[in-house]
Amino acid sequence: MWRSAWCRALALLLATLPAGAQEKRSGYDDAGPQVRAMQDDDMANPAFLWVRQGEALWERREGMAGRSCADCHGAVEGMRGVAARHPEFDAARGRVVTLEQRVNLCRTDYQGAAALAPESDALLGITALVGLQSRGMPVAVEVEGAAAAAVARGEAFFRLRQGQLNLSCAQCHDGLAGQSLAGSRIPQGHANAYPIYRLEWQGMGSLHRRLRACLVGVRAEPLGRDDGLLADLELFLAARAAGLVVETPGVRP
Amino acid sequence: MAAVVALPAAAAAPSTMAFEVVGDAIPVALTAEPGDPVRGRAVVAGRQVGTCVLCHAGPFPEERVPATIAPDLHGVGDRLSAGQIRLRLVDSRLVNAETVMPAYYSLDGLVRVGAAWRGRTVLTAQQIEDAVAFLSTLKEE
Ligand code: HEC
Ligand code: HEC
Repeated sequence: MWRSAWCRALALLLATLPAGAQEKRSGYDDAGPQVRAMQDDDMANPAFLWVRQGEALWERREGMAGRSCADCHGAVEGMRGVAARHPEFDAARGRVVTLEQRVNLCRTDYQGAAALAPESDALLGITALVGLQSRGMPVAVEVEGAAAAAVARGEAFFRLRQGQLNLSCAQCHDGLAGQSLAGSRIPQGHANAYPIYRLEWQGMGSLHRRLRACLVGVRAEPLGRDDGLLADLELFLAARAAGLVVETPGVRP
Repeated sequence: MAAVVALPAAAAAPSTMAFEVVGDAIPVALTAEPGDPVRGRAVVAGRQVGTCVLCHAGPFPEERVPATIAPDLHGVGDRLSAGQIRLRLVDSRLVNAETVMPAYYSLDGLVRVGAAWRGRTVLTAQQIEDAVAFLSTLKEE
């Protein structure tokens, strides 16, 4: 009896703990030593195969405009800070734009080229390359003003119990972070290392792919790539990660 | 046998079969066919079936790293009656509204359920009974 009473008290406590009540930990801190060693060493980090593809794409003239990323932006080092402030509320478009979407807006609007396909090596490579330029910088998205409503929508989704298993992101990543779920440690669910190389995928994946796995895991409807709520959620996750540094491109188990 | 034939349909139907809650238990079985503990073990230990071992540790040596989220199921047959276990599987929110444990035989309040699972309870009535039969055999040595 004592056991179930204690567990009930614990479950209640966990369900009501606010975000940030625990010390912030990146998924890196929860990963094993081998995974951390892979992320620490650019020569051992498989994500750098994608970064190299991104470098080639940065210089390549594409589309009707025949312009490369470099033609407009110069050396890629000039992208320092961009990933740290994305997703961002785009006033002209009246919505939140993620880094992936930003890249594809440059493709379609300025290069006159087709958008890069979701989860393609090209899109993962270019976002990994741009993300890398902010590595070590604190995640610092704008959450005031026009962005505030989007952050609030993202947070509401994060707290929504959903799917056939009726679990919210917050229940796992605030309440149960650090616990063992079927043998794997539940991280706090910060998105400061994306795109990542994931050993389980034996490949690179975007944050959208990660979120899809969590949503399908609770048997919920995944969010579409162009759903505004996805960008709002990604913005909320970045706001929630404030204080952690950009790790892109990360390695995860 | 008619009740048994109706069971798989009950799980696929938009609502579950009626049951009566007495205190913190559902004393009467959901099905006419008695629960089978051998099938019940497969329900409880199957990661994709009951999903119980995602959260609960217990006598499941096949789980090399036991879950730490929920009470250990060792000895649960001593701590709880079959009716109490049944209620916790059917809808543990009736015991603790804030619980993280999914309701295995209720569609109440579910939102954004994926298309493949919509309108279906996680377990069928017979799977609930099988799991209850198995959990009731878990006694502290
Ligand atoms: C039932 C528990 C559970 C729920 C609910 C859940 N997740 Fe996760 N999440 C995990 C686990 C476990 C991992 C670690 C990877 C793995 O083992 O699959 C993870 C990984 C993540 C990561 C990657 C963290 C990193 O360091 O790379 C993010 C971001 C994330 N989740 C966000 C979410 C969001 C947003 C939701 C809700 C839409 C959600 N999760 C719902 C269990 C959950
Ligand atoms: C997402 C986590 C989760 C899953 C999955 C889950 N449970 Fe639970 N379960 C809990 C928690 C937490 C409690 C503690 C009671 C509470 O939440 O108030 C609990 C309590 C129980 C109890 C009461 C134990 C006691 O000692 O009082 C039983 C029995 C039980 N679960 C069986 C199961 C079975 C069987 C399954 C699968 C069909 C299952 N659980 C799936 C989280 C879970």
